[in-house]
Amino acid sequence: MSMNSQGRPTAAISGGAETASFESFSGHRGLRLAEPLIFELGNSETTGVDIADTGDFDLSIGGLERTEEIGCAGLSEPDTVRHYTRLSRLNYGIDMGVFPLGSCTMKHNPRLNEKMARLPGFGDIHPLQPIATVQGALGLMEELSNWLMTLTGMPAVALSPKAGAHGELCGVMAIRAAHEARGDARQIILCPESAHGTNPATAAFCGYKVKSIPGQANGRVDVAALKEALDDTVAAVMITNPNTCGLFENEVKDIADAIHAAGAFFYCDGANFTAIMGKVRPGDLGVDAMHFNLHKTFSTPHGGGGPGSGPVVFSDALKAHAPLPYVEEGKDGSLEMREWAEEGDTTFGRLTAFHGQMGMYVRALSYMLSHGSDGLKQASEDAVLSANYLYACLKDVMSASFEGPVMHEALFDDAFLKDTGVTTLDFAKAMIDEGYHPMTMYFPLVVHGAMLVEPTESESKYNLDQFIRSMRGLALAAKAGETERFENAPYFAPRKRLDETLAARNPILRFTKPDEA
Amino acid sequence: MRYLPLTDDDRAEMRAKIGISQIDELFKDVPKADLNPAIDLPRYKSEMEVERHLSKLANKNMAAGSVPFFVGAGAYKHHVPSTVDHMIQRGEFLTAYTPYQPEIAQGTLQYVFEFQTQVAQLLAMDVANAGMYDGSTATAEAVMMARRVTRKKRAVLAGGLHPHYRAVVETTTQFTDDIVVAQPPQPADAKAELQAVIDAIDDTTSCVVVQNPTVAGHVLDLRPLAEVAHAHKALLVVAVTEVVSLGLMMSPGEMGADIVVGEGQSIGNGLNYGGPYIGLFATNKKYVRQMPGRLCGETVDADGTRGFVLTLSTREQHIRREKATSNICTNSSLCSLAFTIHMTLLGEKGLRALAKVNHKTTQTLKAALSGIAGIDVLNDSFFNELTVRLPKDAADVVEELAKGGVLAGVPFSRLDPNAGHDDLLVLAATEMVTDEDIAALVSALTEAVQ
Repeated sequence: MSMNSQGRPTAAISGGAETASFESFSGHRGLRLAEPLIFELGNSETTGVDIADTGDFDLSIGGLERTEEIGCAGLSEPDTVRHYTRLSRLNYGIDMGVFPLGSCTMKHNPRLNEKMARLPGFGDIHPLQPIATVQGALGLMEELSNWLMTLTGMPAVALSPKAGAHGELCGVMAIRAAHEARGDARQIILCPESAHGTNPATAAFCGYKVKSIPGQANGRVDVAALKEALDDTVAAVMITNPNTCGLFENEVKDIADAIHAAGAFFYCDGANFTAIMGKVRPGDLGVDAMHFNLHKTFSTPHGGGGPGSGPVVFSDALKAHAPLPYVEEGKDGSLEMREWAEEGDTTFGRLTAFHGQMGMYVRALSYMLSHGSDGLKQASEDAVLSANYLYACLKDVMSASFEGPVMHEALFDDAFLKDTGVTTLDFAKAMIDEGYHPMTMYFPLVVHGAMLVEPTESESKYNLDQFIRSMRGLALAAKAGETERFENAPYFAPRKRLDETLAARNPILRFTKPDEA
Repeated sequence: MRYLPLTDDDRAEMRAKIGISQIDELFKDVPKADLNPAIDLPRYKSEMEVERHLSKLANKNMAAGSVPFFVGAGAYKHHVPSTVDHMIQRGEFLTAYTPYQPEIAQGTLQYVFEFQTQVAQLLAMDVANAGMYDGSTATAEAVMMARRVTRKKRAVLAGGLHPHYRAVVETTTQFTDDIVVAQPPQPADAKAELQAVIDAIDDTTSCVVVQNPTVAGHVLDLRPLAEVAHAHKALLVVAVTEVVSLGLMMSPGEMGADIVVGEGQSIGNGLNYGGPYIGLFATNKKYVRQMPGRLCGETVDADGTRGFVLTLSTREQHIRREKATSNICTNSSLCSLAFTIHMTLLGEKGLRALAKVNHKTTQTLKAALSGIAGIDVLNDSFFNELTVRLPKDAADVVEELAKGGVLAGVPFSRLDPNAGHDDLLVLAATEMVTDEDIAALVSALTEAVQ
């Protein structure tokens, strides 16, 4: 029994654990409502919209009418609302609690951003309207660009990449275009072992061979090994800074100098920019290209897997190769959109139809304006402070992989679970029972059984302390041999562990009617 | 600052626990000379001030809903039921991450599974993935997938493919092994445009990419093209930029497509000045392991209860790194949620009705435009989009009409300034267009072309 703030005794909340010896007739369990698929609930004759009946009329589609059944099941409006409301309750989101997913920066998503993105002047304009009718949209893109360039100390930015990996593609394509422009056919990109999977995938996409650079015992890039690998076949080095171990690459300027001396470019993966807003500018460190993840650093919602937005800032050496389109000053003070290459342009081309993720630009700018330069700096400091606080409060019971201070996230490995029979996966699933989304697990690949914990600036000290209490409790329970908490966890989630092997061996990727299966 | 919960007292306690006195002791790895630079940007603003600032910018734009509106060419103004936007803003959807922890992400995973099913049904293909950035990038991914499947490199793009899509394919494949052969647009002659693609196929061709309806709005029978492509062991890739058309038109699957890509914006998603949108990607079962992007599959949990997980991830970058089928690390999930909610509200019955209203409205538009002296409508067939030839530069006419509060469509020169079709205008008419809108357009156009 514990006491709440009014001093009344409260028992632990029950209801998740199986205590009844019977099942309900409905299949529901109180507020845990079982929800079938749309195709099991609805049918092709039901609709939740009122659309005027045009009756039959002669079609002008070249005799190519769709006669076969489409099969899409419809639901009435009330049933639709209920279906998605019920599904939503099976999810964990930032709105529900601490979401310490390392390198993913799950910070609070302000609702002001949502409101601003839905203003008709932003949400209800077409990408191919006359430029004179979208001057405010171009103005917003210019303002966002100014914030991104100023925060990084870089002279140019391409807004159009649709997500972080698309931003990487943008940066590496500009790098390849720059080399080709000077007749230099370099074939190799160097990535540290700790790199996110998109880095090598992107490099390969641009026709490069990928060479891995080992890390040092202190969790940073092995600069000696990097210098050893740098020669005139290396086009670029892709480094995440702060890196995926949650550490700042303290020899970054030495690295940049070595890269440039070899005639290569320095690509910085900006996934972790949240740690250094207003604290240090990548442009001052010798970076040639860096993408942002607006959905991490600048609070646009992750949305269950996108949409993202991945603008890229460029150095002077690369800016001439930036992609189309971009906003430029026109005559008479109006803004223009440059959509096609003209004679003499050295752009590498166009990455997407239209102009990128406008809806995300509005949200990100709304976040930036709200904080201001002072607030962004404070946010970075709070994120770093919170991560170090977790690190300080957990390192005696969990095994910190590297010595601190850390930046915005703290990396632990599974050494503290040695001989307990508990794995990183088990530990993560037990966190679900504690009411938390697990940390990032098994990434980065450079330590065994990685657990990467990122609290962000959005957590109060109370939330952090509660979280620490759970983490310490679990660590001590594992060491004490309380394996029941772990081996079949989660016990209290909407599902028990799911059989991923079965899913991959016998892929069922869509619903089919039982008689067609 | 309203988004930062830590108080100064909290910060002091936390610093004490860590064993530091100044925050910058935590930034000791940053080169000293570069720490805490002067940043010339505005300071903190209240919620009210931000609203005021951004509303001012928004008000400078002409919103589609405020004027007679005929702009399409890859993004369409449809009515999105209120339910859609309310549901996608539930925090459990909005603020969730990619469902890598399936026990607490069944909401996302189930709607992704339902989305994949709806897309496959709509396109009449075996399987669809969880979504791509948009239609244009999905098209580029299809070209690269066709190379992996056929082990051939030469992709032929039809002249009727949206010029932005063509540019994205060319840009994305410029450093890969693909060879892209783009046919010139012939917006006035759909038959010749299709024949040019057929003639361009040879035994080295990996795929042909054709948009239906074309960017000029023509509806194509792709069956003869499929036959020739398959005879040369090339894949037929069909791009659909207006998915509402599939409520009325024969599906790409029925016409013999091997890969279908699409822009799903029309269903559930607003115009948003071009993004975020939702790319659709579907193919036949036998090519699943060459597909890019995320896939959700059905399975069971330890109690035997049905559940869903992300699956076949050995194709993806986080497992395969440089050997992945794509570097993509998103599925535009929230846009796919908007799509799937709208699709659920429509159902087959609603979708068919919606498509018919679009088509009928466009027939009305065609009749009205045909009555204007000096204007030629170029389409014999169409779904909800038409191309007309004007007696003067279309971009000038569009700008002139915009000044009078009519957004008349997209000048072909905006889509492709080098194609030599400066007198062509592409207009779309969805269910949002009223008879009054058409009357306003006709009156303004009549005056402008005199």
